[in-house]
Amino acid sequence: MSFIEISNVDLVYGKPGEKSTVNDTLAVSDTSITIEDGEFLALVGPSGCGKSTLLKLIAGLIRPSRGSVKVSGQEVTCPLKIVGMAFQNATLLPWRNIRDNVMLPLEIVEPYRGRHRQDRAKNRERADILLEKVGLAGFAEKMPWQLSGGMQQRAQLCRALIHEPSILLLDEPFAALDTFTREDLWGVLQELWEFRKCTIIIVTHELREAAFLAGKVSVMSSRPGRIIKTSSVDIPRPRTLETTFEPQFVELVQDLRHHISLGKTS
Amino acid sequence: MIGHLCERFAPWLTAMAAVLLWWAMVLVFDVPNYVLPSPWEAIAALYEYRFALSVHGLSTLWTTFMGFAVAVVVGMILGILVGSSRLAYRALYPLLIAFNSVPKAALVPIFVIWFGVGKVPGVLTAFMLSFFPVVANVATAFATIEPELLEVMRSLGATKRDITLKVGIPRSLPYFFASLKIAITLAFVGTVIAEIVAGNSGIGNVMLVASSNFNVPLVFAALIVVSIMGVGMYSVSDFIERRLTSWSVRPQGAAVADRGQLASAGA
Ligand SMILES: Nc1ncnc2c1ncn2[C@@H]1O[C@H](COP(=O)(O)OP(=O)(O)OP(=O)(O)O)[C@@H](O)[C@H]1O
Ligand SMILES: [Mg+2]
Repeated sequence: MSFIEISNVDLVYGKPGEKSTVNDTLAVSDTSITIEDGEFLALVGPSGCGKSTLLKLIAGLIRPSRGSVKVSGQEVTCPLKIVGMAFQNATLLPWRNIRDNVMLPLEIVEPYRGRHRQDRAKNRERADILLEKVGLAGFAEKMPWQLSGGMQQRAQLCRALIHEPSILLLDEPFAALDTFTREDLWGVLQELWEFRKCTIIIVTHELREAAFLAGKVSVMSSRPGRIIKTSSVDIPRPRTLETTFEPQFVELVQDLRHHISLGKTS
Repeated sequence: MIGHLCERFAPWLTAMAAVLLWWAMVLVFDVPNYVLPSPWEAIAALYEYRFALSVHGLSTLWTTFMGFAVAVVVGMILGILVGSSRLAYRALYPLLIAFNSVPKAALVPIFVIWFGVGKVPGVLTAFMLSFFPVVANVATAFATIEPELLEVMRSLGATKRDITLKVGIPRSLPYFFASLKIAITLAFVGTVIAEIVAGNSGIGNVMLVASSNFNVPLVFAALIVVSIMGVGMYSVSDFIERRLTSWSVRPQGAAVADRGQLASAGA
């Protein structure tokens, strides 16, 4: 049994509570994928193919129209609470400083929630450790608008990890950043994963990013999305920027690109 | 430095310019004082009737404040409801719009029939006139929470209450205060209308009595009192806003959130 099992899932977006009509969008169709505990999976595919939808299905934010989504053998029926999420825009709360932003999940998720007041000092320390890991030591007291886009993304990663989730879902987290910042953050994310060893699923448009970070890359076809190919990345870790120039890496990226264009035409 | 000084005194300068223009018009067109008194006559009336004006002014202020307070509480609650629940939006919003389109002056006689002459019609009219901007702005703040942020919250198992308390309400504060500044001025309008139509006290009543005696300078003195109270309450809201929502204003002075300017829908 795998940690996350998605079998034959369809997802139709329509008006809630109404019978399906021809106007409804079939976003994901007959998709199956399994993800092992502690795996780092990248999801790539053409725009609008249902990648974000797949993440929401795993998080339990939406229910499949058909098929099943299971996490640790349990059917997912409501938001999981063991996931952390991060998105392309950092969505930090502008009225809280960075540390308080990072600590937000601890005010919501059990068992931290009940003890939040007593454990405040301990929680601050946890937040500061994470902030230091992503290179934001000394920025804990700053307000979000005092940070650059890349720094806000780092803070967002900390917020997604503070409650020690077993699944981290990242939806194009670095898409809005410039190349240098993005490549920096690949390194940061790789380190965080080594540090926490949670299961990470990252959606990205950037094939080099997928190949650099992931242990397994799944390619989706255009809408309605299906997984058309999953390849494992057998490049030893820790990977560095030099890795991205090695023939093995370049070949992998070419191969992914080839499959995406196949998925578009089919 | 000069620019800074200019900015500081600009409101006083424009106020003075307006008074001068008023004076000039009275002089140039030789308007009789029972049509338009000169500023000095109005100020003289202000001094002459200072006792009556301050008693009635305080009465108006109190009525306005009651109506405004009810409007703030009701507006905030309705705004949260309408902004965070689709069902509440569908069910309530058309009714609220309909309510807001009713000419409030027409309601005053009805209030008088129900509650008699006195403060209650004034409080109700002030409330009716001023609650809608609060509802509209708070609802906008709630309805425009970033969907990603909602997903982050929901994936953590946050309840509707968590989302309201931790995201919705703090996020709505700048919108809320923007609407308060509009609501407080509208509340004054409501009170004065009610006092003119059916009051036995208050500035509106003073104006009614003064105009029936052709004491036009006193009417203008009363108007000045209302405007000063309006500006005063506006400044208080502005001060509180600056204190509580400093996060939404960057040091350069540019607002982060598009501070809900929707609220201009009024009287
Ligand atoms: N809430 C929604 N209601 C209706 N249709 C939706 C909704 N969200 C997504 N869709 C539709 O479902 C399809 C898949 O959307 P999704 O956001 O999962 O794509 P994506 O692969 O993440 O795209 P991108 O790479 O551009 O982010 C799209 O065609 C979109 O129009
Ligand atoms: Mg997407």
